[in-house]
Amino acid sequence: MSKQSGWRQDAANHIIIFFHYMAQYIKTKMAYRADFFIYAFSDLLQQSVNLIFILVIFTKVPAIKGWTRDQILFIYGFFLIPFGLYSGFLNHLFDVPEKYVLEGELDRVLLRPLNAWFQVVVETMNPELLIGTVTGIVIMVYSGNAMGLVPTWWDFPLTLVLVVGATMIYAGVYTFLASLGFWTEGNMGLMPMVYNLSNYGRYPMTIYRGPVRFILTWVLPFAFVGFYPAAILMHRYEYIGYALLTPIIGIISFAFSYWVWVIGIRRYRGTGS
Amino acid sequence: MPDHDLPGRSRPVGFGNRFLLYLELVRMEFVNNLAYRSSYFTGIFNYTIQIGAYFFLWDAIYSGRRAIGGLNKEEMITYVIVAWVARSFYFSNLDRRVAVEIRDGKIALELIRPYSYQMVKYARASGEAFFRILFFAVPAGTVIYFIRPFGLPPDWQAGLLFLLAVIGGFVINSQISMIAGFCAFFTQSTSGIFRAKRVVMDLFSGLLLPISFYPGWARDIIKLFPFQTVSYMPNLIYLGKITGGAVLKVILLQLFWVAFLGLVSVLFWRFAVKHVVIQGG
Repeated sequence: MSKQSGWRQDAANHIIIFFHYMAQYIKTKMAYRADFFIYAFSDLLQQSVNLIFILVIFTKVPAIKGWTRDQILFIYGFFLIPFGLYSGFLNHLFDVPEKYVLEGELDRVLLRPLNAWFQVVVETMNPELLIGTVTGIVIMVYSGNAMGLVPTWWDFPLTLVLVVGATMIYAGVYTFLASLGFWTEGNMGLMPMVYNLSNYGRYPMTIYRGPVRFILTWVLPFAFVGFYPAAILMHRYEYIGYALLTPIIGIISFAFSYWVWVIGIRRYRGTGS
Repeated sequence: MPDHDLPGRSRPVGFGNRFLLYLELVRMEFVNNLAYRSSYFTGIFNYTIQIGAYFFLWDAIYSGRRAIGGLNKEEMITYVIVAWVARSFYFSNLDRRVAVEIRDGKIALELIRPYSYQMVKYARASGEAFFRILFFAVPAGTVIYFIRPFGLPPDWQAGLLFLLAVIGGFVINSQISMIAGFCAFFTQSTSGIFRAKRVVMDLFSGLLLPISFYPGWARDIIKLFPFQTVSYMPNLIYLGKITGGAVLKVILLQLFWVAFLGLVSVLFWRFAVKHVVIQGG
């Protein structure tokens, strides 16, 4: 077998195994069907909090620093798409420091001939939360229509690229935080903090002061999971420079974090029990 | 040895002893939490970040406007900060704890003990709340005050009445959590119910938005529920927007809801215990 086909075989294996995990996941969830639907529904409900917040505010004011209701909704709608992907597949990287490192679950993972990061992701995924992505698309279409936005043909592939870039930013940030667990051997409580910070990305950057905007753009780049890409999709081209950086920042942050993850895995010595 | 030296064994536990028992539980929970105090440090930063998000948002919403929903910009920023700091006090994981005990079947053991299960839970929640006020709410409020000074109550009476109302809010929030936790008797996974509860509390307690921002028909519906006595009304007392006899009305309203929710949870508990199926063995 040539080296290239080995690589292809490997990728194919991962994809097949992904679907096997998915099938198992659905089976376990279908054992408690009602709970499954309550959970998915409550996720929708949770998204509706922000929606209601925005709608109520705009019954009182016509615009927030020049941004209209439909523009704010559009940004929020876009924000939900990568956020849904993150919630469905990456949220439980949260478990790595405690469950996988401290309790030694990683022993089992590392014994298998599959990528360790991939295994952690598929073991802890909650794909029903992808429903947030659907909500996001609905909000985007609704608010885009309401502001009379006419999409051009390149908006569609561009959306895809921006969503992938934004999801990679989530993957990068949370993989990095998870990897810190290899050094700290426990949870540092950073994740909820970063999670709260990621919520800053769903509003226009113009409402934040200088240093906060700088952090959201260059340190923990959550401006790229909501505002900047959404701005270009609603044809606010003054942010085109930032928006087009989204996939690049996604690749850089994920590549860097994955590198940290690999070093962490090498460091991992098990729990010894 | 005389009989009365063995409380609870040869004689039924009297009211006084029972009270001491609950007081001891309050103390125990307080001390337990001391062991985890470092985890509250990150909690303070967490709240600061969350409040920060709302600060920027409200700052932008108010740019160029004087008053919305009866509050001006400074009052609104104070409202948001006070609401979140108060939440750091009254919030508890009571619902999750109750649900876990029900799901794991530990509740069976609790049922044979000579005290009220609900009172034990409330006592522990109070212990945690005492801890939270000292190690979470006060430090968080102080840190935030240094970052962004916010308004203080107009006078000491308003401050005191605010504290009283927040304690009322704590009791009502705990009761709602308890009832939500009891849902674990009837469903295997309760996380959906807890999330739904959180959504309702966030929106209708006034934590995210003052109730005065909602349209009239929504306010009329919200009035029928206890939620706004948890955050909205105490915050208005803090701001000096509710004064004099109106404060008394708020306190009486809280007492009404405490009694009502107490009745509901006792009835729910009795019904559930009769129909309970203990998990496993």
